[in-house]
Amino acid sequence: MRLRRSMMFVPGNNPGMIKDAGIFGADCIMFDLEDSVAMTEKDTARFLVYNALTTLDYGNIEKVVRINDLSSGLGIEDLEAIVRAKPDVIRLPKTENAQDVIDCEAEIERIEREAGIPVGTTGMMAAIETAGGVLNAYEIAHSSKRLIGIALGAEDYVTDLKTTRSDDGTELFFARGMILNAARSAGIDALDTVYSDVNNEEGFIREATMIKKMGFSGKSIINPRQIAPLHEIFMPREKDLIKARAVMEAIREANERGSGVASLNGKMIDRPVVIRARYLLELAGENPDGEEETQEV
Amino acid sequence: MDISKIRHIDDIAQNGPFLPDGTKQKGNMGDSGKMLESIHDAIVATGLKDGMTISFHHHFRNGDYIVNMVLDEIAKMGIKNLTVAASSLASCHAPMIEHIKNGVVTHIETSGMRGELAEQISRGLMDFPVVFRSHGGRAAAIARGELHIDVAFLGAPSCDPLGNANGYNRDEEGATMCGSLGYAKVDAEYADKVVIITDHVVPYPNTPFGIPAVQVDYIVPVENIGDPAGIMSGATRFTKNPKELLIAKAAAEVIMNSGYFYDGFAMQMGSGGASLATVRFLRERMEQENIHAHFALGGITGQIVEMHEEGLIDKILDVQSFDLQAAQSLKDNRFHAQIDGCFYAGYDDNGAAVNALDFVVLSALEIDTDFNVNVLTGSDGVIRGAIGGHPDTAAGAGLSVVVGPLTRGRIPTVVKEVNTVVTPGSIVDVFVTEQGIAVNPRRQDIIEKMEAAGIELTDIETLREKAEKIVGKPDPIKHLDRVVGVVLYRDNTVIDQIKQIDESAL
Amino acid sequence: MKIITTASAGTMESSDIIVRIEPAEKPGIEIHLTSSVMQQFGRQIEEAIRGTLGNLGVEDARVEAVDKGALDCTIKARVSAAAFRAAKRNDYDWRVKQ
Repeated sequence: MRLRRSMMFVPGNNPGMIKDAGIFGADCIMFDLEDSVAMTEKDTARFLVYNALTTLDYGNIEKVVRINDLSSGLGIEDLEAIVRAKPDVIRLPKTENAQDVIDCEAEIERIEREAGIPVGTTGMMAAIETAGGVLNAYEIAHSSKRLIGIALGAEDYVTDLKTTRSDDGTELFFARGMILNAARSAGIDALDTVYSDVNNEEGFIREATMIKKMGFSGKSIINPRQIAPLHEIFMPREKDLIKARAVMEAIREANERGSGVASLNGKMIDRPVVIRARYLLELAGENPDGEEETQEV
Repeated sequence: MDISKIRHIDDIAQNGPFLPDGTKQKGNMGDSGKMLESIHDAIVATGLKDGMTISFHHHFRNGDYIVNMVLDEIAKMGIKNLTVAASSLASCHAPMIEHIKNGVVTHIETSGMRGELAEQISRGLMDFPVVFRSHGGRAAAIARGELHIDVAFLGAPSCDPLGNANGYNRDEEGATMCGSLGYAKVDAEYADKVVIITDHVVPYPNTPFGIPAVQVDYIVPVENIGDPAGIMSGATRFTKNPKELLIAKAAAEVIMNSGYFYDGFAMQMGSGGASLATVRFLRERMEQENIHAHFALGGITGQIVEMHEEGLIDKILDVQSFDLQAAQSLKDNRFHAQIDGCFYAGYDDNGAAVNALDFVVLSALEIDTDFNVNVLTGSDGVIRGAIGGHPDTAAGAGLSVVVGPLTRGRIPTVVKEVNTVVTPGSIVDVFVTEQGIAVNPRRQDIIEKMEAAGIELTDIETLREKAEKIVGKPDPIKHLDRVVGVVLYRDNTVIDQIKQIDESAL
Repeated sequence: MKIITTASAGTMESSDIIVRIEPAEKPGIEIHLTSSVMQQFGRQIEEAIRGTLGNLGVEDARVEAVDKGALDCTIKARVSAAAFRAAKRNDYDWRVKQ
């Protein structure tokens, strides 16, 4: 399982930030060719991200590139360059419906074939940023096998709703619920929108705590300083970890006995319990299958 | 002693405090004879001559007017071949270039230098190499007479008519201040002649004082002693740089698990972004676990002051105040003490405060795979820094932690061999970057402690390779044979030389 | 690729390089480089500029570059972008090994 607690935006035309992007411990880095790049610098940013991806070593961090949407006339050239630079995921902005994803996938597939990259290598994610997109979240989430997740982009969305962002997030309640459920129904990740006031750590923590509680996989972030508090929020509590380890231990014992039924403290362990235990241990950076020694408590 | 030789009161009554008519003479504190009208008069009065050594302090940092003011006057008077022994020099001292060219200044002793003066000296401006000493080394050299000062010209934000001088002003709010005069105190004590240059003559007694009247020969009031904005800013602000925060967090983890972080510890932190942020992480833990520091030493920042005022640090020993908050605290807080350079770091003084440090956090321009640290010259060989108390504290502290980014722009911090050795690897214990922590193999005890705490370590060669992988392999700098600087270790033995850079290839 | 006008790419920010390419006054590639890391990396930066232009098939050009400690990948990106702009072309060929 890949953790996507933090997806950090890196402006595509900023060499200093691109150089350092890998050191902060974000789960995913999202190089941006879209909104953070001026119209006059789309070409230079594309060259820069292309060269960075083909040269720099970001280790195991998931590399995501946000391209311009295909209707802008810039998106195809972005794909021509970026697919060849082999990031893990291409992030499609302003996704309105399933067709947007399908169209983009067709281009990615064509370029993969042309470049001799095995078809299907490039993952996709779709950002939903309009009222229409939110209502279509279900079909978007189910539109392609390449999708690893869908994300909420709130800045454009609240404008579309004729409101503004508030601290408690009332205006995003429906969109968050819709996107989260659409994603989970498709078995993919749901990523929350950015919290743009980087100096308000308290507000960020409040929002991140809420979206974690809702069930989101993680959040897009704009500053490395938001990574530590975000990961802290996603860190399972020790008592839950102890229980999760016990669950996985019981499963292992049952497997060793050749039994399909595992129980803990006299109670049969249901499948959802196992899934949750596995997820918690992975969040905590432990191996649920216990091949390595688990940390002493 | 021979009691018969002590004079009887009758012999001296006529010369004593009593007037012939038996009334008591009132003191003439307003007229000590030390007050002079101009720097010119002071130079004449001190008897300054060709070939002598004059000294300055750097408590006014980059806002200092004193050095330029005094040298301009000396140049006008035609005195030449002087040695300038400053505790340090800054970019604002570029006008000294002219005085080097016209022969007024032929030798320089300092902790460091920056800007145009440093650029030109690196390119061979002077006939004689600059002597670089650590703060502790300089203080000891002065105290032992190895560095003899003929005349000290010491700027002070306040001075009374007798010469009691200080780094702040109790008689006027909002006046210029620099806080501690720690480095100047040594000059005042040992120089043959001491001139205080001040912008505020205050009524007697200017107590507490940084420099006592008994050490002062002349006082010159001037309009401005420096640019307040350059002398110090309000409070040293917390870094928001995420890379520095990463480094700080790792450094704090190292310290907290090193065995040197216990109730009653002593510490010194540099003023760099990463070391300041390290203090913040330590502070959180101190509050949580009710650990307090017995004292904080060195260059003092507002951060340390706040912890002192909250009761987390018992005492502050301040040789140099880094910001206004620190200067204000020196003025207000009883246990925020002004100490001199010898007390701070004199090497042959068993009582030097650095020897009582549990840990110190230091910066580095370069560190090599033997843990030697350079804080004096850039990777291009140009002088752009200062030794400061780097080797003094690294040697004295139980744990010396050097912090720095793996690379700065395209410049690697970790290299095979530093350009200039300022602090030898034998006294550097840990190097912390945002991309890994390396403990000097000499400190197996620390390695074991880190491992026990589950702190992941790497080795310094791995860090060097990592840096090289990012930035590439720099071409070696070309040097000429000519020596432009001699670097002394804290015991005033030569540890390295700085050679003139060869730019013919560029 | 023929350089037909003057164009630049990049910024003066730290870790970046600004590259200005213009038609050559004489045949060949003429490079004027200033760099904050001239001593250590000047030679390599010039090689990167020359190599990138070579890969793009630019034979004649005058290049002025002000480097603020850019990595090689940034140098290549800025030179490529400036060259395409100065050639007034956008038929990028991402197959070319940059």
